[in-house]
Amino acid sequence: MASLKELKGRISSVKSTQKITKAKQMVAAAKLRKAQAAAEAARPYGERLEAVVASLASKVTVSPSSPKLIAGSGADHVHLLVVANSDRGLCGAFNSNIVKAASQKARELIAQGKKVKFFLIGRKGRAVISRTFPDTIVGHYDTTAMKEAGFTEAQAISAELMKRFEAGEYDVAHLFYSTFKSALAQIPTEQQIIPVAIPAGTAASSGAAVEYEPDEESILADLLPRNVSIQIFKAMLENGASEQGASMTAMDNATRNAGDLINRLTIEYNRSRQAAITTELVEIISGAEAL
Amino acid sequence: MALHFELVTPEKLVRSAAVHQVVVPGTEGDFGVLEGHAPFMSTIRDGMIQIFETATSAPETIPVTGGFAEVNEKGLTVLAEKAG
Repeated sequence: MASLKELKGRISSVKSTQKITKAKQMVAAAKLRKAQAAAEAARPYGERLEAVVASLASKVTVSPSSPKLIAGSGADHVHLLVVANSDRGLCGAFNSNIVKAASQKARELIAQGKKVKFFLIGRKGRAVISRTFPDTIVGHYDTTAMKEAGFTEAQAISAELMKRFEAGEYDVAHLFYSTFKSALAQIPTEQQIIPVAIPAGTAASSGAAVEYEPDEESILADLLPRNVSIQIFKAMLENGASEQGASMTAMDNATRNAGDLINRLTIEYNRSRQAAITTELVEIISGAEAL
Repeated sequence: MALHFELVTPEKLVRSAAVHQVVVPGTEGDFGVLEGHAPFMSTIRDGMIQIFETATSAPETIPVTGGFAEVNEKGLTVLAEKAG
């Protein structure tokens, strides 16, 4: 049995760990509210843009001459996996879930004889991916400097992706992030961003003839790159909310576990203390009897 | 009757109000939208949106960057990358 001093040391060490996890939990809870509000504020734009793209796309016929973002580059050989992770740990399986989803997809693609490249957003996940798929990371966007997902960052990322697409570095881009469902559930999500997947079966909402200025195709050509930025922005916001949610849940569990451990250790500590007292008494009594 | 006007950016819904008229800087020229405008869609250039709350009031201007405007039976929606 451990000595009293050792037990005391362990109790105080677990207590300070508990303090950290509790603080992190509270921080995450506060940040979650903000991240959720940001994700909700961004929703109207995404919905409207989607509606407009759908109604435009139903009017424009896809042909090889249409914008590359819709028609694709004509090949399906090189796939770019854009993986959005967080910058910080202490958020449970959040990052590893996203990485797992991406790795699975990568393995599938490799098995089909395709070439896979990675573009990473955020700091975490880099180590795992570079170990599992060496020499496939072509780019990285550092988000450590930013406090919350901003549209400017999303635009910068999308510009980078477009540049690589134009340069023919890849044919298809998939985006991996975590959809925020609740503080308890975050779902790793895969989405194809390039070429743009056009929502099918959307009839024009109003029968009235809509006037376009300049014309459908130019508007669409203008809209599509914007759509990519929006999708990335949405992913970053969802990721932000998911990270905080995952962190909150993980830290809640950790705090509770630490509490259990403290209880167990305290009982053990008291038991050994009483055992020591009993032994001392027995020694005194037997000593007195011997006289 | 008034025109239902919405100005949306990726970060938030900037404005949602019933106004008299809105002048939007379209790529091919400014255009004013009143109640009952025909369905219309246009990209916009960087510039000022002018909002007239009533026919006589002085316009309120909001700078916008990049985006497009859509007019449908529900009103006018301006999707801009940056506003204000």
